[in-house]
Amino acid sequence: MHLFLQQVFSGLASGAIYASLALALVMIYRATDLVNFAQGEMAMFSTYIAWMLVNAAVPFWAAFALTLVISFIGGMIIERVVIRPVENAPVLAAVVVTIGLLLIFNALAGWLFTYTLQEFPSPFPDRPLFGALLTSRDLGVIAVTLVMLALLFVFFRFTTIGLAMRAAAQNPASARLCGIRVGRMLTIGWGLAAAIGATAGIMVAPILFLDPNMMGGVLLYAFTGALLGGITSPVGAVIGGLIVGVTENLVGTYLIASQLKLTVALILIVIVLVFRPNGLFGTAIVRRV
Amino acid sequence: MAPILQLHAVKAFYGAFEALHGIDVEVEDGGMTVLLGANGAGKTTTLRAVCGMVRSEGDIVFAGEALQRRSTEQIAAMGVAHVPEGRGTFVGLTVEENLRLGAYSRAGKPHDAMTRMYGYFPILADRRRQQAGALSGGEQQMLAIARALMMAPRLLVLDEPSFGLAPRVVEAIFAIIDRIRREQRVSVLLVEQNASLALELADQAYLIETGYVVASGSAKALSDDPQIRRSYLGY
Amino acid sequence: MNDGASAIASEKFVADGDARVRIGTWRRFAVVGLIVLAAALPFGLSNYQVFELTQVMIYAIAVLGLNILTGYNGQISLGHGGFFAAGAYTAAVLMHRYGVPYWATLPPAALVGFALGLLFGLPALRFEGPYLALVTLAMAVATPQTLKYFSWTGGNQGLNLAKPAAPPGLGIDRDRWLYLFVFVILLLAIRIAANLLNGRTGRAWMAIRDHPIAAAAMGIDTARYKTLAFGTSTLFTAVAGALSAIVVGFVAPESFSLFLSVSFLVGSAVGGIATIAGGIIGGFFIEFVPNFANDISDAAPWAIYGLAMLLFMYAMPRGVVGSFGPLVAWLRARSGRAAAVSEVSALSTNAKPRQTSQGRLE
Repeated sequence: MHLFLQQVFSGLASGAIYASLALALVMIYRATDLVNFAQGEMAMFSTYIAWMLVNAAVPFWAAFALTLVISFIGGMIIERVVIRPVENAPVLAAVVVTIGLLLIFNALAGWLFTYTLQEFPSPFPDRPLFGALLTSRDLGVIAVTLVMLALLFVFFRFTTIGLAMRAAAQNPASARLCGIRVGRMLTIGWGLAAAIGATAGIMVAPILFLDPNMMGGVLLYAFTGALLGGITSPVGAVIGGLIVGVTENLVGTYLIASQLKLTVALILIVIVLVFRPNGLFGTAIVRRV
Repeated sequence: MAPILQLHAVKAFYGAFEALHGIDVEVEDGGMTVLLGANGAGKTTTLRAVCGMVRSEGDIVFAGEALQRRSTEQIAAMGVAHVPEGRGTFVGLTVEENLRLGAYSRAGKPHDAMTRMYGYFPILADRRRQQAGALSGGEQQMLAIARALMMAPRLLVLDEPSFGLAPRVVEAIFAIIDRIRREQRVSVLLVEQNASLALELADQAYLIETGYVVASGSAKALSDDPQIRRSYLGY
Repeated sequence: MNDGASAIASEKFVADGDARVRIGTWRRFAVVGLIVLAAALPFGLSNYQVFELTQVMIYAIAVLGLNILTGYNGQISLGHGGFFAAGAYTAAVLMHRYGVPYWATLPPAALVGFALGLLFGLPALRFEGPYLALVTLAMAVATPQTLKYFSWTGGNQGLNLAKPAAPPGLGIDRDRWLYLFVFVILLLAIRIAANLLNGRTGRAWMAIRDHPIAAAAMGIDTARYKTLAFGTSTLFTAVAGALSAIVVGFVAPESFSLFLSVSFLVGSAVGGIATIAGGIIGGFFIEFVPNFANDISDAAPWAIYGLAMLLFMYAMPRGVVGSFGPLVAWLRARSGRAAAVSEVSALSTNAKPRQTSQGRLE
């Protein structure tokens, strides 16, 4: 039982990271109807920026904040320059472009920072808590995610710009008639998603170590979480991400060797999707024609 | 009184297809103009041309400023509030959020304006926390009009506000439109299938057929025209 | 005068018919010439170059498979590397464990590819765009892990295969024999793909891609055709995988990473997703570009793939063949009047206005 609870809690910690990235995916999907396959690599690149700052003796939380700002701006630039031209192109073109971005960021990181694993500092001490049920590091990761979610909730719920972003995602034509500049909302959305992804990257890097391929598996789990929750639902994405994190840990502990974890995840995805094609909280996908 | 909106020789295009072949339409400041015509005649296209939602040629002047080459967002911010076909409410947002969005392009707190709208449409006040998608058709139409009025517009553009609604609801909505237009001094450009009701309220009317204006004049003159009575009023 | 005009016109019409026959013959000559040239090519090249070109053809078959699914049926797959691996391992295990001759492994590999594709195609029916992309992406990532796990696949080490020898009496060496062997399979694959795509099945696939609702309303069994497209596509790719195992003489999990799946996608985008000949361009791209790029740095192949994807989507969304194909046809139509007329006269209704304009000139 103790082992079980331990695995659940550490699963929640990694689930929180998947949930963040899943949320970033869902935000962009809702706004532009496309899946950003580069989300994970963008997060990885942001994490390298944080790593450089920390190495330059910037205090951790200052480096964290600065990285979020840089990622936000970077995300906006990417939307403007790379995504805008294919916004109305067929789905396949958009998929190919975001995969292209994925490759470019991966290669850029490999070229700039090499493929060797780097240690990334954790802002939280690694002490066991509550009779070793969870570590203070896990708790820290969960807390950061919760704070971020709360901030996002307040932003989208209570600020005018957050409301305008929701309106632009839901009904762009009507949003324009209200005087909302939909293009600008999309740009901000990409910026926000990049910043959320950066948070996920910085939280996961102390666990996985930093290298250009670090986010490959994370993206897949986040994607699974997003689909599990229903790719149109932000709340679903968070819950889906947590479920994936816990399941991954339990499967790894009790069922099979960890090399097959991804394969099991794949099978789980297919099973879930066959029975609930729109995920747990999502609405039916309308095909873009 | 100078017209607040003037269309001169306006053509509109969907891709290469020309839907309007050079039409002239005016809305007096504080007046109400109605566009009549069969389905597919180009009425909605005219409204879309005004709001920059289709490619157009010719002159469109609103309050002394040319609207060409301006984006829909800019035109909205200038004081043109468009309630599109099918209402265009944000069904996933609450009634109150919809109204807040209406005030997006205006500075300051939307609180006073919102109170005024709840005065016109008390049912919306009761449902302010509900999702717009849960409202009935008539309530959604009211919400759409209220949202447009939140912009404190000088021109209200309405595309078939009676569409799909019961006659009693239609009458209620038109009564409120008439009242608001006098109290808020807002001009109205209206597209409407219910010609008899529209001609009662409007002061100017245009009849559009296959992309041309085929008749125009005061609403009274048009409602007395025997041809129009036969084709559009049914008596 | 009128009679004279129509006589001239009909004479011209006959001449057009001749021209058409001639063009048809020329095209056939050109194709035959090209085939002969391609078959003779290995005899003027080094062993390594022959091996590289063989790889190009193998990739061409794999990309052709992907094009059938993505280009002609509109379903996205990011996991064709997995099906390529399935074909490769089928061939490898049959040869290594059961001593099956290399050429006899192709039908089972095709069968495995087809069956796996159907299996994937069934749930894929319920997945639209992003869902299918995820499932196939997950498959691409999971493939190497799964291959490592089992012992009959040789685990991490993979399987070493004896390279097949050329049939005795032909007087050619093994590399050139394999080149010709793969070349014949490629020709067959192109022929089968062209027949499928120009026929009923292909029309149904494209109808589903362009107007899914209308296609269903017209009575096309969407589910059956989409599953069939998946199976056909993976059959091609699995056969390519089997050929790769035979030619390379070695299979190992790490050769079937996500990079391979992405390579197929890049090859498809570069050559033109909705083309048959695009596969060959894609094959050249996949074989040579990463090799050149590797000389620059480890990261360069990925970067070049990424840039190529962006570049082609912006500047040439129909790929090399998709963009230049129509251009070539247009140039050909301009270059000779006879050719132009012959193309027009293929439609008898278009031939008539030509006669009257001829008459007015008289």
